[in-house]
Amino acid sequence: MSEAAGPQEISGADLRRNVSLLSLFKIFLTIGAISFGGGVVAYLREYIVRGEQWMDDEEFLDALEVGQTLPGLIAVNLSVIIGDRIRGAAGAVAAAIGILLPGTIVVMTAGVLYMGNRQNPAVNHFLGGVAAAAVGLLTAVALQLGHKQLVHLGDFLLVMATFVTISLLHQSLIVVILVVGPIAVMLYHPRTHKEMKPARTREPIRLAGHR
Amino acid sequence: MQATKILNLLWVFALLSLVAVGGGTAVLPEMRRILVGHFHWLSDKQFREIYSIGQIAPGPNMLMVLVIGYRLAGALGAIVVGLAFFIPDCCITFFANRVWKRFEGSPWRTAIQRGMAPVAIGLMLSGTYTVAKISIVDLATGLVAVGVFAILYFRHVNPALLILIGGTIIYLVRAL
Repeated sequence: MSEAAGPQEISGADLRRNVSLLSLFKIFLTIGAISFGGGVVAYLREYIVRGEQWMDDEEFLDALEVGQTLPGLIAVNLSVIIGDRIRGAAGAVAAAIGILLPGTIVVMTAGVLYMGNRQNPAVNHFLGGVAAAAVGLLTAVALQLGHKQLVHLGDFLLVMATFVTISLLHQSLIVVILVVGPIAVMLYHPRTHKEMKPARTREPIRLAGHR
Repeated sequence: MQATKILNLLWVFALLSLVAVGGGTAVLPEMRRILVGHFHWLSDKQFREIYSIGQIAPGPNMLMVLVIGYRLAGALGAIVVGLAFFIPDCCITFFANRVWKRFEGSPWRTAIQRGMAPVAIGLMLSGTYTVAKISIVDLATGLVAVGVFAILYFRHVNPALLILIGGTIIYLVRAL
């Protein structure tokens, strides 16, 4: 119920207390409206850390680590965490609605137009090309993330095991989460993984399209 | 009939939201398995086209799930899918993040974050493979995918621009 628990830097906490819910909402709404082409996380970092300076980079990367471990869209999870840290529960709600609202309007408008024109060959061809381009984009993002996060041989084996289980053995995602997930976590528990390197590279994650 | 479909949409998308470890792309194989394979609610072509609509919009690309709901059950379908797909994850993140902070420095916390990172990347690759299977259908679409990958991997261009160019190229190739 109360403010985020745990010790925080006084300056950061003071700065945050002055942020109104409306200005918090406006920033997330802006990010939600301009983040074309995916890579919302990079936009969040640009606005929250560099622009508004509501968080420093370290705090942002901490939030990102939590946001990408929990289920859900990373950008939405991150918005909830940042909103909570700045203005508590109300901030989390404002941030989540802000980040989703513009895209919701655009996607629904496009969806209604699509429904009326889905037999139109020009629409089919264009959307077919968009999907093909998206494959290139997704591959680039996955490989860039891999460069940052995959360190050990074990990491690569886990990537392979996950991919093979889903895409080649056609197992349900639930199987991966219930079987591969726990194995992965056990492998990285210090009791099994003695000479563990620093938790994760602290280098900022660079998503496609972000300079 | 309609009520059954709405209920099915509700549990399918709530389930998908709970297993979306590593972001939205991770659930694409499961989503296609359920929507196209199990229920036959969509064809691969429709799945591909609705996925593409998400790529054109700002914000998270997975907002395209709203269009799936709309396609299958109208405005109510879009609302139900939206609530089912976003509310559970937002609640989990809100509460888990507050609890998570208390485990700062705990070996379990580190192990979960370290262990799930490669699993998440594997799931992203599987999601990418799913999109590739249904969208790379000829030489032209293959070249668009490779071209976009090469440009984004080696240079930093706004992906939205490349997405639109990709769509235009395939439109022109097929129309001419």
